[in-house]
Amino acid sequence: MTVHTGQSTAKAAGEGARGRGRATGERPGRLRRALSTHWYAWTMVAPVVIVLGVIIGWPLGRGIYLSLTDANERNVGRTIGANHIDATYKFVGLDNYVDVLNDPVFMQRLWWTVVWTVCCVASTFLLGLVLANMLNREFRGRAAYRMMLILPWAVPGFVSVFAWRFLFNRDNGLLNKVLDGGGISAVPWLDDPTWAKFSVIAVNVWLGVPFMMVAILGGLQSIPGELYEAAEMDGAGPWKRFVYITIPGLRSVSSTVILLSTIWTFNMFPVIFLLTRGGPGDSTEILVTQAFRQAFVESPRDFAGSATWGVLILAVLMIFALVYRRSLRKQGEVW
Amino acid sequence: MSSQRGKRSPLASVGLHATLIGASVIAVFPVLWVLLTSLKPAKYAITTDFFKDTTLDNYRYLVDKTSFFTWFGNSALIAGVTTLLGVFISATTGYAVSRFKFPGMRPLMWTLLITQMFPMAILIVPLYNLMGQLGLLNQPVGLIITYLTIAVPFCAWMMKGFFDGIPVEIDESGRVDGLNPFGTFWRLILPLAKPGLAVTAFYSFITAWGEVAYSSAFMVGDENLTLAGGLQTFVTQYTANWGPMTAASVLIAVPAAVFFLFAQKHLVAGMTAGATKG
Repeated sequence: MTVHTGQSTAKAAGEGARGRGRATGERPGRLRRALSTHWYAWTMVAPVVIVLGVIIGWPLGRGIYLSLTDANERNVGRTIGANHIDATYKFVGLDNYVDVLNDPVFMQRLWWTVVWTVCCVASTFLLGLVLANMLNREFRGRAAYRMMLILPWAVPGFVSVFAWRFLFNRDNGLLNKVLDGGGISAVPWLDDPTWAKFSVIAVNVWLGVPFMMVAILGGLQSIPGELYEAAEMDGAGPWKRFVYITIPGLRSVSSTVILLSTIWTFNMFPVIFLLTRGGPGDSTEILVTQAFRQAFVESPRDFAGSATWGVLILAVLMIFALVYRRSLRKQGEVW
Repeated sequence: MSSQRGKRSPLASVGLHATLIGASVIAVFPVLWVLLTSLKPAKYAITTDFFKDTTLDNYRYLVDKTSFFTWFGNSALIAGVTTLLGVFISATTGYAVSRFKFPGMRPLMWTLLITQMFPMAILIVPLYNLMGQLGLLNQPVGLIITYLTIAVPFCAWMMKGFFDGIPVEIDESGRVDGLNPFGTFWRLILPLAKPGLAVTAFYSFITAWGEVAYSSAFMVGDENLTLAGGLQTFVTQYTANWGPMTAASVLIAVPAAVFFLFAQKHLVAGMTAGATKG
């Protein structure tokens, strides 16, 4: 048994250049052969496949289905004590999508979500790039600066958000006290739509810069030093070296971190939910917080509406990922 | 960088340090301020004095008057189990994907990548209903399962990157010594992949420790809350109990920060390697 599987996976674990598994042919015994060859691999990935299938696949399918119904708190099936109430919601086709897309609220939220994502990602990336370039030099105290600069990353996000809420407090927050000390009147950080937008972006940038910085730093260190020396020999100044060596050298790292942080920011729930609850009014509500609000904050809970928003968010992200991937392909990236 | 060595003018040096000091202050200050506030009596929480009658009263209040340690226990249990399961599941998957060529591998890789894109908004309602039907609302198990769905795809992806960096010859020597594939994985490869395991553990832990949306929706009742939910009870729309809130923040941040310090060296290598080597 051991010997047999050892041999078969030995082959499988080799280079696999022969395209194992690509052969098509439905001869009897093929399944058994495949099983005996691949059972180790399949067993090892089984937990993930099961987890993904049951806990992501099923809810995803169900979410899409819910978005085609009129499900809400009142008509979904539920069990209260010993009584079971059957679900009474019904299939309504694409009505929810028509409603949401015709509702100006969706476009408002989408627009603000895009603004929020672009501002956050652009600012974190630029700040991360600047700081990484500084930290990539040799000077005294570099390790200490590095430690301090990654600190926001080490603190759980929701703790940081509360810390900022504390600093932003209109009457008692430190920021306003400092401004007051400088003779500047208090700023309604979280109570005015424009300032609230500024504040949530600032906090998210604060949270996101350490990751960007460290990722870019890793990318910088993988650029061979000889390139810089050669460029310097040729008389290229610091700016030219930055533009012609550093930027191209960082391309694969930056394309990855920009994609990741765009997706994360687009779906960034805690910052907005905990800092402003989408307020004041609904001025900082992004798509995901809106979807959450419909299902868990408002009454009656609108499950179908929330699911519809969820599907639309996923669609927007998928389109973004496809466009992004295509634009990278054009530049010759493999991703 | 050698090309820069010894060429910086004093002015540039001052600029460099000034910028970095400014950035460090912005990075550290909010955290430091919370720490200092937590050591002041609650009535001074909103003053600008850095130190004022330093005391542990806020911490005492947390222990005596709130369910903080219940929440802490809930979070620790949930994050701990999520980490253990997450690391194990994603390590075996990462290894299989890195070493074996098997039918279904490419679709699996794509699925892992795409699930990172899923907004919780689309899964949360069906999961809520599912957990409700299974009686798992308000149960740690429900949240553990949910968090695995967030952590595992990304972790498996990162682990693949780490395993790709371990030479295949080691696997081959293991087989020559008569180990079966799982034995090779368990005895030879896993010990070499420790940095990867550290990153995966950290990512799973922090996902569970810092998650807000699912835990706010799934857990109700003072004794079932996790830390993210518990902390929200200190700060409502109109009132804020800043003293205990800052003390709680400190206690929540410490385990995460300690864990982070151990993992941070390998963190980004794993995160970016996983995503670029697709």
